[in-house]
Amino acid sequence: MTKITKEEVKHVAHLARLNIDEQEAEKFADQLGSIITFAEQLNELDTENVEPTTHVLDMKNILREDKPVDGLPREQVLKNAPDHQDGQVKVPTILE
Amino acid sequence: MSLFDHKLADLHDLLHKKEITIADLVRESYKRIEEVDGKVQAFLTLDEERALARAEELQNKMGTDEGLLYGMPIGVKDNIVTKELRTTAASKILGNFDPIYNATVADKLHAADAITIGKLNMDEFAMGSSTENSHFAKTRNPWNLDTVPGGSSGGSAAAVAAGEVPFSLGSDTGGSIRQPASFCGVVGLKPTYGRVSRFGLIAFASSLDQIGPITTNVEDNAYLLEAIAGLDPNDSTSANVDVPKYRSALTGDIKGLKVAVPKEYLGEGVSEEVRQSVREALKVLEGLGATIDEVSLPHSKYGVATYYLLSSSEASANLARFDGIRYGYRAENAENLIDLYKKTRAEGFGDEVKRRIMLGTYALSSGYYDAYYKKAQKVRTLIKQDFEKVFEDYDVIVGPTTPTPAFKIGEQIDDPLTMYANDILTIPVNLAGVPGISVPAGLSEGGLPLGLQIIGKHFDESTVYRVAHAYEQAANHNMKPEL
Repeated sequence: MTKITKEEVKHVAHLARLNIDEQEAEKFADQLGSIITFAEQLNELDTENVEPTTHVLDMKNILREDKPVDGLPREQVLKNAPDHQDGQVKVPTILE
Repeated sequence: MSLFDHKLADLHDLLHKKEITIADLVRESYKRIEEVDGKVQAFLTLDEERALARAEELQNKMGTDEGLLYGMPIGVKDNIVTKELRTTAASKILGNFDPIYNATVADKLHAADAITIGKLNMDEFAMGSSTENSHFAKTRNPWNLDTVPGGSSGGSAAAVAAGEVPFSLGSDTGGSIRQPASFCGVVGLKPTYGRVSRFGLIAFASSLDQIGPITTNVEDNAYLLEAIAGLDPNDSTSANVDVPKYRSALTGDIKGLKVAVPKEYLGEGVSEEVRQSVREALKVLEGLGATIDEVSLPHSKYGVATYYLLSSSEASANLARFDGIRYGYRAENAENLIDLYKKTRAEGFGDEVKRRIMLGTYALSSGYYDAYYKKAQKVRTLIKQDFEKVFEDYDVIVGPTTPTPAFKIGEQIDDPLTMYANDILTIPVNLAGVPGISVPAGLSEGGLPLGLQIIGKHFDESTVYRVAHAYEQAANHNMKPEL
């Protein structure tokens, strides 16, 4: 089984912006290790000359016409914000 | 007998003959919810007052030529945003979220004058195969309350099976409409990728997710798809392909139709009773004049691994927006902004969601991108080519929807890999982007529903429906749980 260490899990959790404790790190290390081992069965396949598929249909990027449109009403948008003040979302201090 | 034992077209006739009113339909729904939802736990949010007001409004302006959905009650999976109707994706992190706009499918239902009864339980952010990963409740299978309804659209399938609503919408990323439809004995379709707008569907894996209908019969399913399908300027991944009148495909005639049965779909891991039910279904199709041949989808066994790498990678990006800033849950006592993100997400997401976010972050991280993410994208190509090759010679592919009937609640929840294997027969369909339906195919020895999966070419839902309807009429299973 591919060994994923607790430290690697903690690093990934940091990148994913998730707090995890020691116990969780241990549990996720085991589980992610077995999932990654399972995923490594893909190495049985020679994909050297295979193009990756990112999208199943032929897609072209579509640009919207460059003209001003009304946005969502501010009061409504702020209705779901956990905290707001003076018509803006309020967050903890970033700079001292 | 419940009003919902009637098909949509019959209910429509009853309305126009004035034998029933729209309020009768809406009340029928809430009455049944009152009777059984304490046991089934399919619904997360109900809005009876608004639904009855809408019923009255529609009744007052009813003329003679309304569409079939006019006044019909419907349930909607809780990852489809509905204006001012709480939408949580079954997650604590969206536990207090009241959307300020409608998903395109919700707008289309509203334009067709359907009435939303409430929002349906699911696995958190559509991640799961059992609806045990909801933050709020575990939905139960109406056929046996000790078993799971499947997932992630478990609430959507269970509500229809339990007769709480005549139809519902689910979403399917790796089998999340077809697998619960199979477990609950109802009809569930995953349309071709791009057929239905994803605007307003809370994204899990954007290249795989599709919204689709869950109903008691194929005809209603075809009608509901017709109502929600089509190009949407708000979703650049929705396809500019004409939406046919699907119901005109429901002739019962499949003479000369070429059916492929992949040997991998009846192999190891598929239970004998599931195999047997498919063999019997194939005899029915043969009896109707279809020709049946065994084929191979050689890369299907790599589907689950490919799916978990790709869907988790996309999920890790899509779920980055849940950070406690603009909407949803926010953790208290954070020391700084990064701390706020980390605490909010740790407290707001459940274990399965965290596991997949971390798997995706790992697979996309520097040094592993080529080995995992890009490799999976390449295997996806091989899986898609398998389907294209078979569809050069055949009209549909037929097999089981799931390897086994519904399993017991709690049985697989601590074993992610076993849980992931439930979707082994549905996942390749999402990776290839083709349409697939699950129709009831009888009961197991233990009295649980089994499903037959019918898969078609891109945008050929008509043929999928044609075969599903012909089978449904000929097999005549008439399945309904006692509750």
